[in-house]
Amino acid sequence: MTTSLRPLVTRTSDSPGPTTPVKIGVTGLNFFYGQKQALTDLTINLHANIVTAFIGPSGCGKSTFLRTLNRMNDIIPSTRVEGRVLIDGEDIYSSSTDVVDLRRRVGMVFQKSNPFPKSIFENVAYGLRINGLARNRGEMEGRIENSLKAAAIWDEVKDRLTESAQTLSGGQQQRLCIARALAIQPEILLMDEPASALDPIATQRIEELIYQLKVDYTIVIVTHNMQQAARVSDQTAFFWLGQLVESGPTEKLFTNPAEKLTEDYVTGRFG
Amino acid sequence: MTRTSRRWTEWTIERALQACAAGSVLITVGIIGVLVFETVAFFREVPITDFLFGTVWTPQFSDAQFGVLPLVTGTLLVSAIAMAVALPAGLLSAIYLSEYAPARVRRVVKPVLEVLAGVPTVVYGYFALLFVTPLLQTVFPTLSSFNALSPGLVMGIMILPLVSSLSEDALHAVPTGLREGAYALGSTRMQTALRVVVPAAFSGISASFILAMSRAIGETMIVAIAAGQQPRLTGNPMSPVETMTAYIVQISMGDTPTGSIGYRTIFAVGMLLFVMTFTLNLASDWLRRRFREEYA
Repeated sequence: MTTSLRPLVTRTSDSPGPTTPVKIGVTGLNFFYGQKQALTDLTINLHANIVTAFIGPSGCGKSTFLRTLNRMNDIIPSTRVEGRVLIDGEDIYSSSTDVVDLRRRVGMVFQKSNPFPKSIFENVAYGLRINGLARNRGEMEGRIENSLKAAAIWDEVKDRLTESAQTLSGGQQQRLCIARALAIQPEILLMDEPASALDPIATQRIEELIYQLKVDYTIVIVTHNMQQAARVSDQTAFFWLGQLVESGPTEKLFTNPAEKLTEDYVTGRFG
Repeated sequence: MTRTSRRWTEWTIERALQACAAGSVLITVGIIGVLVFETVAFFREVPITDFLFGTVWTPQFSDAQFGVLPLVTGTLLVSAIAMAVALPAGLLSAIYLSEYAPARVRRVVKPVLEVLAGVPTVVYGYFALLFVTPLLQTVFPTLSSFNALSPGLVMGIMILPLVSSLSEDALHAVPTGLREGAYALGSTRMQTALRVVVPAAFSGISASFILAMSRAIGETMIVAIAAGQQPRLTGNPMSPVETMTAYIVQISMGDTPTGSIGYRTIFAVGMLLFVMTFTLNLASDWLRRRFREEYA
């Protein structure tokens, strides 16, 4: 661990921070789409083995920020990053960082489920194959089964692994995408509104899953649904116009926020 | 304008448009009708099995034989060479344009590639005969002046933009979400392109291949100029061959009397050609429609 990181930046400083170590340390992060600045001077620490939720109105930059954590914005032309993002103390934007290796360690689940047009089995096998993580068929099958179990979808698909992933329902597709991300055993899991396209029951299953997964993973979830943030997260960060307004323990942020803006947002006065 | 005259104008315009639409349908039906009529007349004199399975094509000789296979193999040989050039080069340039090239490069390169499709085929024909063949003869001294290889290669260049442009469209239509999903699992750019995007665009890419094949089979001018006019049953790209299209040109331009059996052969060959390209076009269309449904 680095000692150079600043403590958890939160203006609700009267509450103690999480007890787990800092996994992701962000300092002075600015982000630009062309000339347009989307994130301004973000500084926040995200801790290991807890769920951190990013909330805020549409266009506040919460998804953009999430995507800077695995450098997913690199594939968008004419974008630019300033500042530092440290994962386990290493700057992921330094020239020595292997972005392919980074994304292997920082998995991601997207808002719109995006299974590959392949079989259910091959969807999960893909990451194992390209990263050479299974030495033989038996190991491959074992890892796929474990990933599907971890994503709480094994019972539904175990008899139809060779069927196309497109035959699954929306909620099942999203859990398959989670299984696909888990298969390569990342350390961090980024989730960009993973349940926004799902019905309440499918949403509940995803939320239960998130709760179980934090034992093994550091989870960052973007959501526009405040109840969801309250239900699943330990820490919450509130964003507004590309800036971090406030972050801290979820319960505190929802019941006794330090900023008037946060209070107005969480009580539904705007957004 | 009064209401009556306005209604009358509307009526006239509607009828005029209807007539235009009906006209093109009637012309197509007419062409097929003539093809069928003459082909049936041909098969009254020549058994269809002799035509389809005979290996000697000498309709102009006193001992006339009507085995179409030498023309079919000539056509397939030249087309196969063309496809061997156009498929890999076309697909690779499509992958480059869609997955690698910066937007600025794509904006320049794509239209330039499409200019290749605008070169008149007669230019390609003379290019094959007068430039490519002599060039190839310096490498292969046994190459005949007329041969399958040279027009095949040049035809490959001609249909390359068709493959690259349609394949690029198919690759481009693959949702960004799939690429992001692949990158998020630690894929390199090449793994993303070859293992996720290309398979996802498979039906669109195969549609472009089939359409290119159909185009190669129907191509006339290049082969008429550079492949020769000797119908022979051979798989040797070094020797002169005659394709179905080149044969039709040869007879149409010659002094074969109307209504003779020699005259009717061009309709029978034309019919076969039409059936082949029509089938390929249908297959291509079907694949493309299936592709569109996948990502609607």
